[in-house]
Amino acid sequence: MSAPAGSPHPAASAQIPPKFGGAAASGAAASADPGSAPHQQNGPAQNQMQVPSGYGLHHQNYIAPSGHYSQGPGKMTSLPLDTQCGDYYSALYTVPTQNVVTPSTANQQPGAQQMYSRGPPAPHIVGSTPGSFQGAASSASHLHTSASQPYSSFVNHYNSPAMYSANSSVASQGFPSTCGHYAMSTVSNAVYPSVSYPSLPAGDTYGQMFTSQNAPTVRPVKDNSFSGQNTAISHPSPLPPPPSQQHHQQQSLSGYNTLTWSAPGLPSTQDNLIRNHMGSLAIANNNPTVTGVDSSSTTSSASPMPNSYDALEGGSYPDMLSSSASSPAPDPTHEPDPAPAPAPASAPAPAVPQPSKMAKPFGYGYPALQPGYQNATAPLASVVQPSNPVYSGFQQYPQHYPGVNQLSSSLGGLSLQSSPQPESLRPVNLTQERNVLPMTPVWAPVPNLNADLKKLNCSPDSFRCTLTNIPQTQALLNKAKLPLGLLLHPFRDLTQLPVITSNTIVRCRSCRTYINPFVSFIDQRRWKCNLCYRVNDVPEEFMYNPLTRSYGEPHKRPEVQNSTVEFIASSDYMLRPPQPAVYLFVLDVSHNAVEAGYMTILCQSLLENLDKLPGDSRTRIGFMTFDSTIHFYNLQEGLSQPQMLIVSDIDDVFLPTPDSLLVNLYESKELIKDLLNALPNMFTNTRETHSALGPALQAAFKLMSPTGGRVSVFQTQLPSLGAGLLQSREDPNQRSSTKVVQHLGPATDFYKKLALDCSGQQTAVDLFLLSSQYSDLASLACMSKYSAGCIYYYPSFHSTHNPSQAEKLQKDLKRYLTRKIGFEAVMRIRCTKGLSMHTFHGNFFVRSTDLLSLANINPDAGFAVQLSIEESLTDTSLVCFQTALLYTSSKGERRIRVHTLCLPVVNSLADVYAGVDVQAAICLLANMAVDRSISSSLSDARDALVNAIVDSLSAYGSTVSNLQHSALMAPSSLKLFPLYVLALLKQKAFRTGTSTRLDDRVYAMCQIKSQPLVHLMKMIHPNLYRIDRLTDEGAIHVNDRIVPQPPLQKLSAEKLTREGAFLMDCGSVFYIWVGKGCDNNFIENVLGYPNFASIPQKMTHLPELDTLSSERARSFITWLRDSRPLSPVLHIVKDESPAKAEFFQHLIEDRTEAAFSYYEFLLHVQQQICK
Amino acid sequence: MAFTFTAFCYMLALLLTATLIFFAIWHIIAFDELKTDYKNPIDQCNTLNPLVLPEYLIHAFFCVMFLCAAEWLTLGLNMPLLAYHIWRYMSRPVMSGPGLYDPTTIMNADILAYCQKEGWCKLAFYLLAFFYYLYGMIYVLVSS
Repeated sequence: MSAPAGSPHPAASAQIPPKFGGAAASGAAASADPGSAPHQQNGPAQNQMQVPSGYGLHHQNYIAPSGHYSQGPGKMTSLPLDTQCGDYYSALYTVPTQNVVTPSTANQQPGAQQMYSRGPPAPHIVGSTPGSFQGAASSASHLHTSASQPYSSFVNHYNSPAMYSANSSVASQGFPSTCGHYAMSTVSNAVYPSVSYPSLPAGDTYGQMFTSQNAPTVRPVKDNSFSGQNTAISHPSPLPPPPSQQHHQQQSLSGYNTLTWSAPGLPSTQDNLIRNHMGSLAIANNNPTVTGVDSSSTTSSASPMPNSYDALEGGSYPDMLSSSASSPAPDPTHEPDPAPAPAPASAPAPAVPQPSKMAKPFGYGYPALQPGYQNATAPLASVVQPSNPVYSGFQQYPQHYPGVNQLSSSLGGLSLQSSPQPESLRPVNLTQERNVLPMTPVWAPVPNLNADLKKLNCSPDSFRCTLTNIPQTQALLNKAKLPLGLLLHPFRDLTQLPVITSNTIVRCRSCRTYINPFVSFIDQRRWKCNLCYRVNDVPEEFMYNPLTRSYGEPHKRPEVQNSTVEFIASSDYMLRPPQPAVYLFVLDVSHNAVEAGYMTILCQSLLENLDKLPGDSRTRIGFMTFDSTIHFYNLQEGLSQPQMLIVSDIDDVFLPTPDSLLVNLYESKELIKDLLNALPNMFTNTRETHSALGPALQAAFKLMSPTGGRVSVFQTQLPSLGAGLLQSREDPNQRSSTKVVQHLGPATDFYKKLALDCSGQQTAVDLFLLSSQYSDLASLACMSKYSAGCIYYYPSFHSTHNPSQAEKLQKDLKRYLTRKIGFEAVMRIRCTKGLSMHTFHGNFFVRSTDLLSLANINPDAGFAVQLSIEESLTDTSLVCFQTALLYTSSKGERRIRVHTLCLPVVNSLADVYAGVDVQAAICLLANMAVDRSISSSLSDARDALVNAIVDSLSAYGSTVSNLQHSALMAPSSLKLFPLYVLALLKQKAFRTGTSTRLDDRVYAMCQIKSQPLVHLMKMIHPNLYRIDRLTDEGAIHVNDRIVPQPPLQKLSAEKLTREGAFLMDCGSVFYIWVGKGCDNNFIENVLGYPNFASIPQKMTHLPELDTLSSERARSFITWLRDSRPLSPVLHIVKDESPAKAEFFQHLIEDRTEAAFSYYEFLLHVQQQICK
Repeated sequence: MAFTFTAFCYMLALLLTATLIFFAIWHIIAFDELKTDYKNPIDQCNTLNPLVLPEYLIHAFFCVMFLCAAEWLTLGLNMPLLAYHIWRYMSRPVMSGPGLYDPTTIMNADILAYCQKEGWCKLAFYLLAFFYYLYGMIYVLVSS
């Protein structure tokens, strides 16, 4: 299909401007084509598409036969559509000749053609489009981004203005790939089009559609369309695109990583397919009840579709794999004989081959994808055909699916048992195994689901569960003694994110779950919620797939093909009009602050990034400064210079002017720049040492409360005046106490109350604490903790005396100011009935049992949730978790980002252990330990951490492993558990016996609570690499750079040889430790000094030397840096320099005077177990 | 049959316990509402917190009355609750106002469950106490 299609519209795709004239032309073309059914088919499909997103498509649709289709959409769409339609129609009538031109080629790629026609008013029809489309498809396979571009253009054309804006906004927000994603999905859809079709029901629906269509315009078209349908069938078989491409596409759908796809994709998918097929057959035999249809039988049954859906029920969705299997079918449908009439015959034919040769079809099927991809319309053809023979083909497909699904679902639960000892269950004798730490970074375990679901499942970067096999009952969970919870990173920067604009967002009527890939379709018109099991109707609009522009394939919509999607929400999701982006900066300008000199850095960063602040034309900004009084700045447009207003009554703060303190960024830009240039020097001679932070915050709250937004507070000392004043609570003599660490909680609830007030007014407070002495972060942090802000702490900050901190502040500010932001957000986490949320961790306010109120959401915020199992999960084999984050983008759009995670349920303890995600478990434990140390005491928390290992390992020893009990045994999945817990115990937040400043400790706790898992793991257990002998072995290529991948080293001094140089990646800090006997070549080529002795004590940069080893080292470090939001500071530590203590404290496997070594710790645990 | 101070104490305690029963019911309903998402935790805490001290004071008040009346058994039965109240209030979170409940932690499942359980236990205790006081009052009236 692809080939023919491609040829007709070579370059056109990109060009097509979304104009009505163009549309008219297309419509005309379609009408003319009667013989060339494809166009017509497209027409209908397009209509459906339009419904959700854009209007432009309609015209095309009506042309087609399918008046029905057009009607459906018509309801949805607003007036403009109709008008457009009118135009189109007229166009059609007028332009009949054009249609004639398109014929054969047009048929194959109806979608594409239509698109083109719209864009270019001219009859580009034949020639222009094909090339571009093909190009897009091919590029898509290799690079998502490339694909996306063509697609985006596509989308725009189709979409009416509304859509348009959406797209543009997306792009601006930095999801360039979004479009690409769509494209990808379309491809996949296109591949399977026929599969999804329920034979009977579909027909009905269509019929209904027909009748429903009132639009007069449609009718005339109808005739044409019918003829068109016939023609569509006749499509010449397109070129089968290279199979590999298809595979790629599929992968891309499921996952977000662009890099990885290419190689792995093909083989694995094929395997999966095969397995599915096999499985389907087997299942069919086993469970006749499930599906009315025999999966194996090639003949079509009357009710194939419903059956297939049932199979899905278990949770396994017949997704890409199944579809791929079926994909061959679609081809046939399109390919069929030129003669439309014979359709019935032709359709069956294609279907038959599939069942018989299971393996083969795949290769075949893929080709189908391409055409689909290019056209997006391909599916349409299938849609149109219902009446035709094509239909029968559909029936067959469904049959296959059920089988597949069943098998897969059963596999999901059983696979563990079938393979007696999965790798994750291999018992490891911890005391004997010296090298527990793998050489490569630890990846998240993949849930033991069937391949379809695996592919659809949410990326572990966004959503992880501590147990990837959910125990069936709370009793089983209690036996396993492992924490059950979720680790979330919901607003992560994504490179691939499908954005969906739709009038109705499909949700479960009782639990309000968003439709997701793991729901089951009972039949064409109903779906069953996978969280509460309610059966819901599929709304009319959802029947239309905007990607393939086909009708009647609800399970191929992007919502059902992607576990991470973003919806553009309608006004139903707004309590008030979306707020503009509002930024308020509250700056400490007391003597202490001026001395530290942060103002210069801040103002400089702001000046540089003023244009990059996320926002739209409504963006507002304001400044306040405070010492013992509060200073406001009137930046009203029209003033010649900023006006400073001082309020000295800090007991009863008021706003000196009601407006003009928060001003439009663009209208008052000059004034803002003047102010930023002047600020650093305004207070240089201040003698004011007091800090009235509390009153300043109260004023900020008053200022922000009408709109909400973000308040950034810069504070350099203990607040000493007015409300919220704090006293120093730290006793330096207790810093290294091994007994009690006090004052981890707040001293006053002033900041908490303020944060709650702010949260209520959709205002988040971000705290930058740049202090050299104790500032009671435990109290101050409350202002951010409960208002969903973030906390940055720069101990002993000084702009000149401590350049590394200054540099860090600068880089952090750049990220902070330019990163994405969501306003007035709420996040709801839902889970399958039987599970419930227990406790939440992170920065937010919990508004109800499953609803978090987030005044702001930023891409660096992570959350954790503890779960409990309230009811037994015996009647389900899969559980799902869904987070929905509703926020207002900086462009003033209301959006919902939905992540859905699906996990299998198991009933044996061994399976529970096999599925432990040890990193997630550690992060959850760390969060729980922070709570414990604040509510109870630090020593309690430490005991709880040790008990967590003792309990889980002893539970494992007594129930699962039947090996000798004298040794300390752990399943392979848990072998890192003791190491990580030891690392936690030696972490700043929980360590005792080592001198730790209270603020440092509290900050570490704040980070544990708010960091996403990936960053938190580096904080807990740093990565150590040897970098004096970097080679290209195993190197990866990133952006044309070769990045060496040295193996991970144990965090032990035994690994540090004097002859080496080591890089330690602690998340927010890098250390390079240079041994005394380090090779002079390395020192010279990488560090730029002739020998060890000449390396300076304080060195924070690697010089850019033109040597191979320097290049490797730098590219490695840059690569590590790029992977995190906040740029880490690099310290080069010479052996024997005083700074090496900083480095050595991270070698957690070694013994310190106050803590166990790893081996001692194991013995300790063993002793505890034996007790 | 004489109307003694002891009898007066019992009668007063009877009335006050009836009030406390209402407090306990209110408490239970409030937490149930929280659990079922009907109420915002901030509002709920704002309505519950002012009631905490009055409840404790009422209970402490008739404990003192029983002490004065030298009703040692009755006093002894009430001592555990009195001690619990004192402990509970001593270990409350950092708050500037009176009360026990912190809107930021109240939604924690453990705390919510604890508060609910506390409500039911108190309700049971007050109900039993109510009948005990009734019996005590009649006994005192009849015996004296």
